[in-house]
Amino acid sequence: MKLILAKQPQLNLKKNKLKFSVTVTLKENVLDPQGKVVQNTLQNLGVENLKRIRQGKYFEIELNDNDPQKAEKKVDDMCKKLLANLIIEDYKVNKI
Amino acid sequence: MNSSVIVFPGSNCDRDIAVALEKMQFKNQMVWHKETKLPKSDLIVVPGGFSYGDYLRSGAIAGKSLIINEVIKSANEGCLVLGICNGFQILTETGMLKGVLLRNKNLKFINKDVNIKVINNDTKFSNKYKNNQVLKINIAHNEGNYFTNPNHLKELNDENLIAFKYCDNNGIINKSSNPNGSLENIAGIFNSKKNILGMMPHPERMVDNLISNTDGVNLFSSLLN
Repeated sequence: MKLILAKQPQLNLKKNKLKFSVTVTLKENVLDPQGKVVQNTLQNLGVENLKRIRQGKYFEIELNDNDPQKAEKKVDDMCKKLLANLIIEDYKVNKI
Repeated sequence: MNSSVIVFPGSNCDRDIAVALEKMQFKNQMVWHKETKLPKSDLIVVPGGFSYGDYLRSGAIAGKSLIINEVIKSANEGCLVLGICNGFQILTETGMLKGVLLRNKNLKFINKDVNIKVINNDTKFSNKYKNNQVLKINIAHNEGNYFTNPNHLKELNDENLIAFKYCDNNGIINKSSNPNGSLENIAGIFNSKKNILGMMPHPERMVDNLISNTDGVNLFSSLLN
């Protein structure tokens, strides 16, 4: 009995552990005026050897799924459907 | 002519366009975004504003709302659709119009009266204007910098799908008459069937000499023509 009781919360913990990060950035050939302004400002603050800054968006997504592959596919779909506009943006999904 | 204006949380030009439509004798109805049916409409207007506070990207959330499925269905059946400002952004997010509206090149919100030139007057939306006619119309946006891929840009030019371009007082289209960095000074475009028009300038603000001018009137009278 005790063993079973001890196992159950562990399973639940595992189930809730699927967490992903998504980073959305403007594609290489799209002008990123915000990134440029941030870069200029840092240069004005005396930061040297600054090559380039691109600004983007960051999402943390937690899922109640327990199949990592299916979950990743789901996150990928979310990016395509809503989180990124594929005309101008690229996205990266990472499991965390 | 029956018109419907779609209202989202954060729309703020919905009543302006309704006033303009009614002034031009349209029979107008307001439609909340959660509706799943559209009243019988010859024209659907997606108005300007800041739907959903511009969260994620301007127009991105509104572009996935319930009523949009009906708008897409009606557009496919040939209904006229006009997207103004945020409405244009929403139409690009749904894919009804290709391309995207990026942040203004100077990173500033621009609110001023600008000149635009009529590029194609052979459409339901613009037949009362003359080609190359210069209009003075208000713009008020933060993301009006139109961008699209080279293939679509070619299609826009080859098939005469550009409605308006930013120009100066004399109709000259160049970098200095481009307020927001838009590709080829594009201010408004049609879809390939020319039953959908998206434009950043606000024609509904230019229908009364008491508050501005009447350069927007002919857009609405074209629709009635």
